[in-house]
Amino acid sequence: MSTLQTRRSSAFASIGSVAAFTSIFAILALLIASHAADPLMGAHAWLFLGLAVVGLLALALWAGSLGDRDPFDQTIYEDTIVKFGVTASMFWGIAGFLVGLIIALQLAFPNIFYFEQLGWTNFGRLRPLHTSAVIFAFGGNVLLATSFYVVQRTCRTRLAGGMWPWFVFWGYNLFIAIAGTGYLMGVTQSKEYAEPEWYADLWLTIVWVAYLLVFLGTIWKRKEPHIYVANWFYLSFIVTIAMLHIVNNLTVPVTLTGSKSYQLFGGVQDALTQWWYGHNAVGFFLTTGFLAIMYYFIPKRVQRPVYSYRLSIVHFWSLIFIYIWAGPHHLHYTALPQWAQTLGMTFSVMLWMPSWGGMINGVMTLSGAWDRLRTDPVVRMMVVALAFYGMSTFEGPLMSVRAVNALSHYTEWGIAHVHSGSMGWVGFISFGALYCATQWLWKRPSLYSLKLVEWHFWLATIGILFYIVAMYFAGILEGLMWRAYNEYGFLEYSFVETVEAKHISYIIRALGGGLYLTGALIMAYNLVRTALGHGAAAEGTRPVDAPAAATLQPAE
Amino acid sequence: MGLMKKHETLERHSLALTLGILVTVAIGGIVEIAPLFYLENTIEKVEGMRPYTPLELAGRNVYIREGCYVCHSQMVRPLRDEVERYGHYSLAAESMYDHPFQWGSKRTGPDLARVGGKYSDTWHVDHLKDPQSMVPESVMPPYAFLADNTLHFETIDDHLKALRFEGVPYTDEMIENAQADLIAQADPDADYDAQDALVARYEEAAGREGTVRIADYDGNPEKVTELDALVAYLQMVGTLVDFSTYEADDLDNRR
Repeated sequence: MSTLQTRRSSAFASIGSVAAFTSIFAILALLIASHAADPLMGAHAWLFLGLAVVGLLALALWAGSLGDRDPFDQTIYEDTIVKFGVTASMFWGIAGFLVGLIIALQLAFPNIFYFEQLGWTNFGRLRPLHTSAVIFAFGGNVLLATSFYVVQRTCRTRLAGGMWPWFVFWGYNLFIAIAGTGYLMGVTQSKEYAEPEWYADLWLTIVWVAYLLVFLGTIWKRKEPHIYVANWFYLSFIVTIAMLHIVNNLTVPVTLTGSKSYQLFGGVQDALTQWWYGHNAVGFFLTTGFLAIMYYFIPKRVQRPVYSYRLSIVHFWSLIFIYIWAGPHHLHYTALPQWAQTLGMTFSVMLWMPSWGGMINGVMTLSGAWDRLRTDPVVRMMVVALAFYGMSTFEGPLMSVRAVNALSHYTEWGIAHVHSGSMGWVGFISFGALYCATQWLWKRPSLYSLKLVEWHFWLATIGILFYIVAMYFAGILEGLMWRAYNEYGFLEYSFVETVEAKHISYIIRALGGGLYLTGALIMAYNLVRTALGHGAAAEGTRPVDAPAAATLQPAE
Repeated sequence: MGLMKKHETLERHSLALTLGILVTVAIGGIVEIAPLFYLENTIEKVEGMRPYTPLELAGRNVYIREGCYVCHSQMVRPLRDEVERYGHYSLAAESMYDHPFQWGSKRTGPDLARVGGKYSDTWHVDHLKDPQSMVPESVMPPYAFLADNTLHFETIDDHLKALRFEGVPYTDEMIENAQADLIAQADPDADYDAQDALVARYEEAAGREGTVRIADYDGNPEKVTELDALVAYLQMVGTLVDFSTYEADDLDNRR
């Protein structure tokens, strides 16, 4: 009886501490709201306050209905939060792809998709909304959800911190809401992929520290002697993003009650800090985080061990060491000193090797289970993700070479490159993980329909191909047109002629994006039906693919 | 292999692993970024650079708010076609007062590093209101609403203070007169003393004449709008440095 009481009191301590912590920030928001120096800050403070109050009320209602039940039962995994994370991922994914399609249509048909009276729907405001929605809202929720799923299973213990993982999940999504509404209202620092203003950045820092502690806390109470390789990757993602986020967002607010701030660094120093951040947002958010997913979900889905333990050690440390240096390749031929450009290029070329180390380790994990490529479209999706990963990590070093960059920089080639990486690698590995996680979390023998997964796979693959082929074509075309000279030694084309030349490519790109979005909608439908236990996911159905592990089991 | 065995320590101690990761990822950034703050030849020696006037700064903030950097770079590379298309290649010195920098990463529209003075104010106003009316093939969004939006500059002196804290050489006088300076630059018929004072302040900072322009940028004398500020900014971008005195071959300017 007394153990029950201690357990209950510790549960209430963690719930209470989250509630108290949130209340402090709600009060701060109220203070700022009542003294807001500009309407944008006012709107954000009220939004924060409103959502925090809703959260606190929901928390109180939930805690009140607990009765004798221990909400943080240490003998079972915390899977509800992962279910929330999977749902949020799917929601934000569709939202992000949709905004991407809209801005693609704006460039293809400016006369139809711009509205003179709705300045907030202009490309300049929606583009950050698209990039943040797909990277941080979709990608971020996938990483939160899968990291919580993986760290519990590989440590054979429940998530640490009781209520705190929930603070991380809702706090992170609150940050997304602040960031997204901010872009529409015109709140931005103009630093790509780090657009949210100082107060949103501070909030994210707090959430991120809580995330690190929850993750480390879970590792501390692990029942496995070793920390599994996926967790190294998650850890490097969490730690490095913290470092990048803090340094790149060093800024001086004009007033503590206003939304505007000025970056601490200026000019060339600010430029390199930004691209040190920007490139490693790719490196540590979109690469090591999703490699962690690969290291858990591929072996688990095909029921094979990771191909090479040694390779995973070598490529992990070399990848994270080398990645950080690659930022200056975004600034070739700019006013950044040439020594820094050369360093950035050199390390970018070296980065090719550890990147392919990861790809090889993932693909070769299928050794002895190659037939799964044919029979399980989810596996195929994750392997094609690795193919795209290999392709863009070869292309990246190529583009970082100064002579190539002279042509490719500022053009649609860059857009093609990031989309082959993001739609192909990040998107597909995430889709694979979401399919797996949904089936396993809701303990279904199979997905609702593998046929729909096939549809998703092919629609999305063809969509990506349309997208990137159109943009490679447009990029190289405009790059060559910009530098073309006529027989008299004058520039052959005016700038706007190069814009006009891309019109058809823009249409094909939008079509590709539309196909990709359609695939995601089919996926969402499939996941909902799977969770509901329909079709092949009904109970008692013979498992079509690898069953979920219901009990605690070894990590490797 | 011995090294692989040693790796076990990291796999068994999460704090050692965390620390190892932090040290590994810190090195590259420190080696590349830190020297930019103390190597003297990072920023060239030029004549003509001065802080933004309050109106230009407000216009720059509109530029940032609307996400112009998403489609327009402000960085002419030292490549033959770019120098011929846009003008002299950009120097680090030209963005030394830029918090944040606006070099951009994509040219869906043309580079704007040297757009200042290239077109008339009226062209900019018409083009911003309805880009396709000036350039039919353009894919740029319309910004007609900027002409209706009154510019809010009640706290502009606080903006200058924040920038001075970060090292932009605004003088006490510039901060005290920030609001008056802003009004003076947007209205050619206003108080001539205020205009003279504005020009004197910022030309002294620039060290040369002809770097401060006064005009009713949006052609609407009724009020100071966001369009006034944005056009004022666009018309001065890339015009400050005196390239007739810039010596690209000077050893101090080689980077």
